[in-house]
Amino acid sequence: MKFPKLTTLLFSLATASLLFASCDDDEDQPATGSVDLEFENVVGNQALTLNASTYYTTEAGDQFKVSKFNYFISNVKLTKSNGTTWAEPESYHLVKQAEENTHSFTLKDVPTGDYTQLTFTIGVDSTRNVSGAQTGALAQNNDMYWSWSSGYIFLKMEGSSPQAANPGNLPNGGPLQFHIGGFRKPNNTVQTVSPSLPASTALKVRGTVTPQVHLKADLNKMFAGPNTVRFATLAGTGHSSDPNSVKISQNYAAGMFRIDHIHAD
Amino acid sequence: MIRKATGWLAVALAALLSAACHPDRDVRPADEEVPGTVVPGNFPAPVYTPPIATTPASFALGRQLFYDARLSRDGSVSCGSCHQQFAAFAHAGHTLSHGIDGRLGTRNAPALQNLRWGRSFMWDGGVSNLEIIPLAPINNPLEMDETLENVLRKLNADAGYRQRFAAVYGEGPINAQQFLRALAQFTAALTSANSRYDHYARGEAGGTLTTDELRGLALVRQRCSGCHATDLFTDETYRNNGLNRTFAADSGRVHITGRPAERGLFKVPSLRNVALTAPYMHDGRFQTLAEVLAHYDHGVQDSPTLDAQLRQPGGRLGIPLTAQEQADIQAFLLTLTDHDFINDKRLAERQ
Repeated sequence: MKFPKLTTLLFSLATASLLFASCDDDEDQPATGSVDLEFENVVGNQALTLNASTYYTTEAGDQFKVSKFNYFISNVKLTKSNGTTWAEPESYHLVKQAEENTHSFTLKDVPTGDYTQLTFTIGVDSTRNVSGAQTGALAQNNDMYWSWSSGYIFLKMEGSSPQAANPGNLPNGGPLQFHIGGFRKPNNTVQTVSPSLPASTALKVRGTVTPQVHLKADLNKMFAGPNTVRFATLAGTGHSSDPNSVKISQNYAAGMFRIDHIHAD
Repeated sequence: MIRKATGWLAVALAALLSAACHPDRDVRPADEEVPGTVVPGNFPAPVYTPPIATTPASFALGRQLFYDARLSRDGSVSCGSCHQQFAAFAHAGHTLSHGIDGRLGTRNAPALQNLRWGRSFMWDGGVSNLEIIPLAPINNPLEMDETLENVLRKLNADAGYRQRFAAVYGEGPINAQQFLRALAQFTAALTSANSRYDHYARGEAGGTLTTDELRGLALVRQRCSGCHATDLFTDETYRNNGLNRTFAADSGRVHITGRPAERGLFKVPSLRNVALTAPYMHDGRFQTLAEVLAHYDHGVQDSPTLDAQLRQPGGRLGIPLTAQEQADIQAFLLTLTDHDFINDKRLAERQ
């Protein structure tokens, strides 16, 4: 039983190597493949639902609801164990919780190989913040742009909390409005992260299959990590030159994005 | 090659013909059909180059947008409402400007001229690219109080605009980038470089300055060019020129950068057309050039971020200027008025 299988295997390997040798640049073994990146927004171990009927709870114990959650993922890079890096050209993606079709995107024309690291920026690099009128994810009418101090809002979270100041006596508590952005020192909130791949997993890019990298973005990590945020004292950030925005960006850089699993095919 | 040569021949013939038929008409080369495409000889290289070459159609589209009040929420205010050509596209006689519903803004509307040479815009430099400038007044609730999304909706509902945009930017709905670039085709063209001083600087006909004006020029170069540098008459920096001790009402550049050392810093405005752009300073506090010069002579107030050039050895603040020196400087400043610019019909609203 074992012998014929081994023979078949050896035979096919030999054939494959022959094919390889005979047609280096052939279409049969494409030099590039694709990778899907999927972003699932969660709050702790719960799914994120906008305008849910019940409250979520921060790690520090504050209650809140979410009405909007958007962020930019840009300058996506893949690195092999030998240090070779591939960078997606024109790499700007806007994830909006309210728009299902923005929760995933495909990296195309990735050179085949085994990648061990995924890197991306949460936000938009300083160059594109000053580059004038843009299209696609960076178009200035995507609800993610400041005009009086021109530049992108990198991450936007809006909602409400019973712990936040509530002068208007709103039924769900006072408003939460965290608009994080700014690309100038000292209030630079451009954060680049490399969430680790699941243990002993490589991201195998082949011409034949498109692996799916499933990331979870834990909204609660905006308010926990290096800088604990309590809504009674901080219920929002409003513009680019704001030290509180930097603190929240440090929080979400430290722990918001996690690679949950990779579908190999 | 032959076809090209034939083409040029045809153009040359046409030029000859038109010259013959209209002997009194000023024959301009093709690239001057739209203003502002030529870099003046006494200017440095521009910062901004339009991503598409300006054509008569793209320029006219930008001009139409500039003068279209539909850019504001209730259709009452256009860019041209507060940026008037006869005032070098500043707002004549207005310390502050009113937006929709008579709401009053917080800063003096600056002149719009030579924007292609700007590195950042607005009194606090909050806007970092020429194409992005219109978003600030459109979004400001005190000015046009409108969203870019709504502006695009209004433009896309107008068959005339759709047609004109399609002719320049291709078929499809008008998008944000096309709209902003279209407006930039006009604002980038606002070039003022034909004042009497410019003719003097370039050694052209009509470039004669009087003795007073020449004395004024020498004084400006000696005492003012530390900030009002080059023939753009600004070094495009932000400085505290001693208008206030605390800047509680308007903190200026620090509001954008968050750097405490930039409290009370405002953009150094160009001196070009300065006789037309009263009142002066970010809050429009000075009504006349005489008041401005008096401020530099004896009105400068101290604060930690005051510009070093306004500290004299011995502790005196400001720039000491005798009455004669102030008069000479004023005489020179009048030579920076560009009558070609403010009378250029191509820059005016079409009726």
